[in-house]
Amino acid sequence: MTRALSIRNLQKVYRNDFQALKGIDLDVEQGDFLALLGPNGAGKSTTIGIINSLVSKTAGSVEVFGMDIELQPAQAKSCIGLVPQEFNFNIFEPLEEIIINQAGYYGIPRREACERAGIVLKRLGLWDKRRGSARELSGGMKRRLMIARALVHQPKLLILDEPTAGVDIEIRRSMWAFLAELNHNGTTIILTTHYLEEAESLCDKVVIINNGQIVEYGQLSELVGKLDVETFILNIREPLEETPVVGGCAVRLIDQHTLEVAISRQRSINALFERLSALGIHVLSMRNKTNRLEELFLRLVSGSE
Amino acid sequence: MNNRIALTTIVIREVLRFSRIWLQTLLPPMVVTSLYFIIFGNLIGPRIGQMDGFGYNEFIMPGLVMMAVITNSYSNVVSSFYSSKFHRNIEEMLVSPTPNYIILLGYTLGGVVRGLMVGVLVTAVALFFTELRIEHPWVTVIIVSLTAMLFSLGGFINALFAKSFDDISIVPTFVLTPLTYLGGVFYSIDMLSPFWRQMSLGNPILYMVNGFRYGMLGVSDIGIAAAIGLIMVMVVVAFGVALQLMERGVGIRS
Repeated sequence: MTRALSIRNLQKVYRNDFQALKGIDLDVEQGDFLALLGPNGAGKSTTIGIINSLVSKTAGSVEVFGMDIELQPAQAKSCIGLVPQEFNFNIFEPLEEIIINQAGYYGIPRREACERAGIVLKRLGLWDKRRGSARELSGGMKRRLMIARALVHQPKLLILDEPTAGVDIEIRRSMWAFLAELNHNGTTIILTTHYLEEAESLCDKVVIINNGQIVEYGQLSELVGKLDVETFILNIREPLEETPVVGGCAVRLIDQHTLEVAISRQRSINALFERLSALGIHVLSMRNKTNRLEELFLRLVSGSE
Repeated sequence: MNNRIALTTIVIREVLRFSRIWLQTLLPPMVVTSLYFIIFGNLIGPRIGQMDGFGYNEFIMPGLVMMAVITNSYSNVVSSFYSSKFHRNIEEMLVSPTPNYIILLGYTLGGVVRGLMVGVLVTAVALFFTELRIEHPWVTVIIVSLTAMLFSLGGFINALFAKSFDDISIVPTFVLTPLTYLGGVFYSIDMLSPFWRQMSLGNPILYMVNGFRYGMLGVSDIGIAAAIGLIMVMVVVAFGVALQLMERGVGIRS
């Protein structure tokens, strides 16, 4: 089966000699839900910009569903829907017009464009606002407008660059459900986000990019399985004055009622509780310090692994 | 990919854009033209007398119409395209399969429509001050359409290079306005000394104003075939330059 996206030796050097991408190779299979992660300035937006013809590449090649973005730009672009990081619509235009015009740029006849605009606006909960101008929308609605716009030509590959940045948790979760449904119905999705909980909840594959290079790529379950140590925060009943010594674990006393415990994934958590009980320490509750993906991410981008 | 639909979409969007803000786009040229007719035509004109066998109001009318067409077709494209760059909604088109030449043509036709619409409105205003004569209708239509197209393309090129809103007012203020005023709108170049007459022949707007005047009044300081030929060549060159700049991503791709 043709890959949804195939990137080979992608390089980008900006005019100020900053090398944003240092030769990236990446394959995304059809139906994947891929998280593209990395710290600010890692090269995520440059990669997305090149895929969408908004940034010129210095070297390498990009194919979308087997079509080279330079040799067959129209066919390749028809397959992609982009939800950019920053709002990039005319704030004075009515919502309906923004969507219908976008369909027009993809060669969709006006009557069909109106029908499709109705469908995506209803689906994203913007139907009631369709005649108002985009500047009247809240931040969350503007994000949804950009998703509606990206979907009007029914792309096979949807790329979202931090789609939930600055969006409240309720809207974020409804967006997650919507994206999961889209992916379930066959749309390949690439998502960049700084909310690693979002990536862990939605994506089945992860690529981590740092300093213009891919530092990790694979199935999410395989990657988090590489973590050898997991860190927990324990709330304890009796106050402690000194850090207890627990064999085989690194323990840190955060405050009198809170312990941070790093434990090897090879060891049983039961053993930890047994040792704590033996020391007279009663645990009221526990939670992961960070989610697993976040732990992996921090290790990779800080260069500690 | 249906390029005709994409082209129609861009043109309609452009026409709707300037129509929505008609107070800023369509009304001002009518007011300015009225003032020109009142001051130059009615107050100063009678003291000047006849020019090329026509009353002064009648003589300046084609030039005033052309001046409005030039400034409006230019400013429509330069402000619209630069705003699209500034607000980044140009990306809506750049990520789509719409080819660069369709984007260029769409903006250009938007500028042409505004230029011609303003031309008609200004002509309507002129009817309060003078009679309408059109000696050579086809020449009139060809010259005004080509001129609107040329300056729409000029506005597009300006917008590609512009990095701030200041950059889109420099050319109209320091190049376009002086060339227009010195392009024979208010006088015949036969009135000038041989040196300045020769210098004026290097001003392309002279050919447009005189070509248009020939279409309306049947008189011109220069040959009509040369005028049409020159404008056509300039349109082709401007289109080629603008398209090449777009292909290279100047001002639109990092």
